[in-house]
Amino acid sequence: MDLFSNLAQGFGVAFTLQNVFLCFIGCMIGTLVGVLPGVGPVATIAMLLPITFGLDPTGALIMLAGIYYGAQYGGSTTAILVNIPGEATAVVTTLDGHQMAKQGRAGVALGIAALGSFFAGCVATIFIAALGQPLTRLAQLFGPAEYFSLMVMGLVFSTVLARGSIFKALLMVFLGLLLDTVGTDLETGQERMTLGIQQLSDGVDFAPLAMGIFGFAEIIRNLENPEARDVVRGKIGRLLPSLSDIRQSVKPVLRGTFIGGLLGILPGNGAVLGPFASYTIEKKLAKDPSRFGKGAIEGVAGPESANNAGAQTAFIPLLTLGIPPNAVMALMVGAMTIHGIIPGPQVMTKNPDLFWGMIASMWIGNAMLVIINLPLVGMWVKLLKVPYRLMFPAILIFCCIGIYSINNSAEDVYFTAFFALVGYVLIKLGYEPAPMLLGFVLGKLMEEKLRQALILSRGNFMTFVERPISGVLLAVAVLMLIVALLPSINKKREAAFQE
Amino acid sequence: MKKFVLAAAMAVLSGPAFAQAYPARPITMIVPFAAGGPTDIVARVVAEPMSKTLGQTIVIENVAGAGGTTGITRAAGAPADGYMIMMGHMGTHGAAPALYPNLKYDPTKDFAPVGLAAGTPIVIVGQKNHPANNLKEFIDWAKKQGDKSNHAHAGVGSVSHSTGILLNSLMGTKPTFIPYTGTGPALNDMMSGQVDYMTDQIVNVVSQVQAGTIKAFAIATPARSPALPNLPTTKEAGLPEYEVSAWNAIFAPKGTPADVVAKLNDALVKSLDDAGVKKRMDDLGAVMPQGAERSSAALQKLVESEVARWTPVLKAAAAAAK
Repeated sequence: MDLFSNLAQGFGVAFTLQNVFLCFIGCMIGTLVGVLPGVGPVATIAMLLPITFGLDPTGALIMLAGIYYGAQYGGSTTAILVNIPGEATAVVTTLDGHQMAKQGRAGVALGIAALGSFFAGCVATIFIAALGQPLTRLAQLFGPAEYFSLMVMGLVFSTVLARGSIFKALLMVFLGLLLDTVGTDLETGQERMTLGIQQLSDGVDFAPLAMGIFGFAEIIRNLENPEARDVVRGKIGRLLPSLSDIRQSVKPVLRGTFIGGLLGILPGNGAVLGPFASYTIEKKLAKDPSRFGKGAIEGVAGPESANNAGAQTAFIPLLTLGIPPNAVMALMVGAMTIHGIIPGPQVMTKNPDLFWGMIASMWIGNAMLVIINLPLVGMWVKLLKVPYRLMFPAILIFCCIGIYSINNSAEDVYFTAFFALVGYVLIKLGYEPAPMLLGFVLGKLMEEKLRQALILSRGNFMTFVERPISGVLLAVAVLMLIVALLPSINKKREAAFQE
Repeated sequence: MKKFVLAAAMAVLSGPAFAQAYPARPITMIVPFAAGGPTDIVARVVAEPMSKTLGQTIVIENVAGAGGTTGITRAAGAPADGYMIMMGHMGTHGAAPALYPNLKYDPTKDFAPVGLAAGTPIVIVGQKNHPANNLKEFIDWAKKQGDKSNHAHAGVGSVSHSTGILLNSLMGTKPTFIPYTGTGPALNDMMSGQVDYMTDQIVNVVSQVQAGTIKAFAIATPARSPALPNLPTTKEAGLPEYEVSAWNAIFAPKGTPADVVAKLNDALVKSLDDAGVKKRMDDLGAVMPQGAERSSAALQKLVESEVARWTPVLKAAAAAAK
């Protein structure tokens, strides 16, 4: 079979001493920048780009890819330990991951995240190798109307993210969507609601918002009652997941891998939906959904697998179509062109060594990441033992450096401080920030796709229902909403009967 | 008064030392776009040999936003000592005055031009099932379709937006514009046939054209490109007025001493002669400036002619949109 000979060729390329070494370096750096909040893979890959000039293209891309998926691993560490999502895909991990850490199960959370990611990475590698080519056709079926409907479905998912009231969660989703309307108008180039602040002309950035609302606000809250924090430090608990933990996580990991992998293929950053979708499904399927948000291991295992699978399948549109689905992939396009390889449908036939070598290196990289990360779990968990009065200034400093490095802009740091205050007020009022971030992550794309679809249909809203895929997605969304609302309707009925 | 004396003393003290020693510390080059884009790649490719010539590292700083004007505004206000320079392009130093009414700099007056680095040709492309097979047929088709045709672009202020508007104004057509945020998503919808045509830099479309997933009608340069040797130029194909390139050039803030600018220009020219740089530029499909085109004076002329060229076209398009 072709697949095996191709993979054999790939492993032949990836298993040279130089490439294994580069893969290791990439994974190492990636883990490190992933752990440091704010310092993302985009800035890192950009900085390291000139260093790769001297390498052959395959080696260079193996290293850069290693940084990318290494950062996905590292990012979950920060989300779990200090409740800061460095990237959109880690938002969901904070929900139950950080709760687990608070209960003294940080080691277990980190362990299951690493193992789930490893499994997802392995499956995704085979997925790319076997189905990369035919799956690109799926991506082609997605026009603006289909994307819009997919995003609507994603927003319906968000209702289950709420720990408390669904009403409050919906309000937060809309707040997130509204924040997206700040910035330059797509069609006319006019500035909207920027208050004359130049930094707002491209809208609000994800990193300052996420770090302010989650990270900084969490720190302010912790400073309010330092005693509670010290209790967390006291308990370290076991470092690795027990057999029953693993048994509980097997199915979420499988489902997360499948969903994340599928959504990752969609150009236009479908990968961000993966962890949210996985979390939604796990919460729906759970016998006791109320455990979610309070440290349910399924809420870490599923989304973590989904985000890693998605991170990897995001290479499919890049490698087979030459279309980068997100900022990191756009940078990979830059890296490839700088090495004289123009990404596109012909990479596979023109540079088979590079194509298959890179795919094989992903598997090697995933194996390496487990080897790098599992022994580190103990070390990360010990970080929680550092007295909080030493830890919080360090977190603040690293966050500020990270945020500054994204655009080399001091204003972004001020924005983070502003959002920290907003986040603190929201926490005090009992509003969960996660649904807002989902709204924010999807809002920009949603507006863009809505307007594109309507311009293409010359203003006819029926386009969303008439196009079959779009129609099905919307139907699923409506169904989900009914299912979500039914229990509360039922409850009211019961209450009525009792009276 | 005291302040003035102090400043004067500083100027006297630092002046001569500065002139002898430039560059005495690393130089920052602002790239006003995200890392990995065509302008960023050109900057990184030329900066490496330039650093060697100057004996100081050139640090690339990406300051993206508002079609590149955020980064250029910041760099334009930097001290004019040659330690902060920038990579401007067709948009920031040509189209921007027409697109951004509150622009805080004047491309023709507020800079000390260093030199042209590279130009990437613009290609007119259409979806693969497009009924037209050459530029003439395409122009006829576009005229007949009127606003029924869908013209994609990568966002207001992008190269594909400005060059697309110019194309339509030359053809006398008024299509429906479909805005995207970047070339990638626009190309995706073109491959699946949702949109009909667009214009973009050759590096963004060459692979798709070679693979036949989209169709190319013409390249807007005086000579054919080695990357797509079968593609006729707009001159050959019957639209000679449409000759555009997304050029990238290095600028320093206004008032930068002439000898510093000369040193930078010299380093840039040496970099362009570097065999490695030439190969990378060829791979990108970029056209390198030759001979007199490489001087600072030539760049100043280019900026003036570009601002004069884009302003009326883009203003007319914006007025029509309202």
